[in-house]
Amino acid sequence: MNPMTLRTPSGYWNPIIWVIFLILFGLVAYLIYKAGNPKYRRDTDQVKPFLSGNLETDKEKIQVRASDIYWGFIEALKEYYGVLERMHTGDIRDYILWFVGMAAIITVILIGGI
Amino acid sequence: MMEHLPALIIAIPLLGAFAAPLFKRHHKAVSIWAILITGITLIVSLLLTREVLVKGILVYVFGAKSPTLVLPSGYKVPIRIMFEVDALGAFMAISATLMSFVGALYSYSHVAHESGLEKYYSLLLLLEVGILGMVLTGDLFNLFVFMEIAGISGAALVGFRSYRGEASEAGIKYLIISAVASLMVLFSVALLYGEYGNLNLAYIAKNIKFGVVDLIAFGLLFTSFAMKCGAVPMHYWVPDAYTEIPAGGNPPLLVATYANLYALFRVSFTLFTNIVINISRAGWIMVILGVLTMFIGVTMALVQKDVKRLMSYHAISQTGYMLLGVGVGLTVLHDPSKLMEFGRDAIAGGLFHVINHIIYKSLLLMTAGALFYVTGTRNLDNMGGLARKMPITTISFMIGAAAISGLPPFNGFASKLIIYETSYMLNPILTVFAMVTSILTLASFVKVFASAFLGPPLKKYENVKEVPKPMLIAMIILAALCVIFGLFPKIILDKLIYPAADALINYLQYHSWGGLA
Repeated sequence: MNPMTLRTPSGYWNPIIWVIFLILFGLVAYLIYKAGNPKYRRDTDQVKPFLSGNLETDKEKIQVRASDIYWGFIEALKEYYGVLERMHTGDIRDYILWFVGMAAIITVILIGGI
Repeated sequence: MMEHLPALIIAIPLLGAFAAPLFKRHHKAVSIWAILITGITLIVSLLLTREVLVKGILVYVFGAKSPTLVLPSGYKVPIRIMFEVDALGAFMAISATLMSFVGALYSYSHVAHESGLEKYYSLLLLLEVGILGMVLTGDLFNLFVFMEIAGISGAALVGFRSYRGEASEAGIKYLIISAVASLMVLFSVALLYGEYGNLNLAYIAKNIKFGVVDLIAFGLLFTSFAMKCGAVPMHYWVPDAYTEIPAGGNPPLLVATYANLYALFRVSFTLFTNIVINISRAGWIMVILGVLTMFIGVTMALVQKDVKRLMSYHAISQTGYMLLGVGVGLTVLHDPSKLMEFGRDAIAGGLFHVINHIIYKSLLLMTAGALFYVTGTRNLDNMGGLARKMPITTISFMIGAAAISGLPPFNGFASKLIIYETSYMLNPILTVFAMVTSILTLASFVKVFASAFLGPPLKKYENVKEVPKPMLIAMIILAALCVIFGLFPKIILDKLIYPAADALINYLQYHSWGGLA
């Protein structure tokens, strides 16, 4: 047990509880999966979704795409992302300008100017 | 034999790099040659680390009668180029050699269809030489030379797929950034040489005075290395370079970035710690850069839809944790009670995060490379349902994603836990930023998982198969390391990380060349 115990300034951490939890969790999940639904038949009409009698739309068309995920989060932080977008110009001259500016600020702070 | 390990670890990959073009017409042979050379170098680095941990700092003086002859009779100053390998250098050498080996293994299949493979492997090995030289040298000018080798070979690797316009552009950008940083390093070295007449790091550190010129040199060195390690707001080159380099080159390029982080730590702790009246000033700069880097990095990652670009922004974000951890330690370096209370642990947490991040980020970039290999695109909008087709890549991705998000029991959790606790002791606001960054990291990887691996299977990927075995083996090795480092963090910390942290704190050992003079 000792090699697994990580001592930190305020306490300790031992991953063994998590490992036991993960194994138990996996076992329960497997048992539920294994028990399954005895009436389930693969590749029959019963596995199709019921959409009030409408035909199922092509899956590729209704797929949730990466660009759609967190739309609300990005919309709420539109102004913040606007600033970041303006910073990321992709122009190498701007990269160097940032470097020069940071070098000046850091050097002045280190010399004791601030 | 053992005393020549510091020279051998450079000589072997250098020989490998120059011999690689001989296999021009045998593409498989050059791949195997690179795997063999990187494998041997990995063994040498393990032996070197064992020597350092048993005997303490190893000094290797090139061209001297004996490799440990620092001061020849009659001389009071070191006159030859020397390597000075302490536990921190050895720790970085293991990271470099392990990732070069894994990168070469992954490249065996990943770039098999590209032309000019002898150049690719030659550059990969040269990059390894550059990194190893940077982390082992005890000479400032030598540091600049190896930084140039790593920068030029890295830039050429980034632009390796020159038939893609974006790759050429990214390569040129990386080259210019590297050249500017190197030029500033050279200028700083010249300032110090002009003042002290020597280039030896330990000698200058011992004799350095508190002067404006010294501090200008410190400021330039600090900023140059901060830019090369991708600290915000000088991080713009990172997404371009990491995205365009073939995925097999990602692990060594990642370590090259952290070789610059190593140089930043080395300069701050070993070279300048004596001269700055209040070193905590430099520590706070590092901490603030760290917070900015992790927060801006992760928020930029969240909006990306190019899978490698997204992961590149995460690489920036994770660098912030390292700067935060080691910065907290630097802030309290001259306060013995705080240093013992949390400073040493903070440095250890930051360094532990370096190796953890190198492992899981290389793994994640490789899974992104695997997605590109089978789908031909990096756009997450065009992917979906790949978990069924690529089960091992999916599991590797899940392990890497859990590790980078700081989920227990993977390796990222162990180092982040130490960073959270120690940064809290300096200022609780820092911990809030660190934890929010972790949550956003998890959110970002849930997005990748949902859009690339989950969802209904797409018709266009009906015939897609799992990636070839060499790529899988490379990913499995790193996934296994994520689990092992997470389950046994104490062993890694005690054997590798705390000795490296102590090497930074006990800088007087380094100044005396390990007690040789």
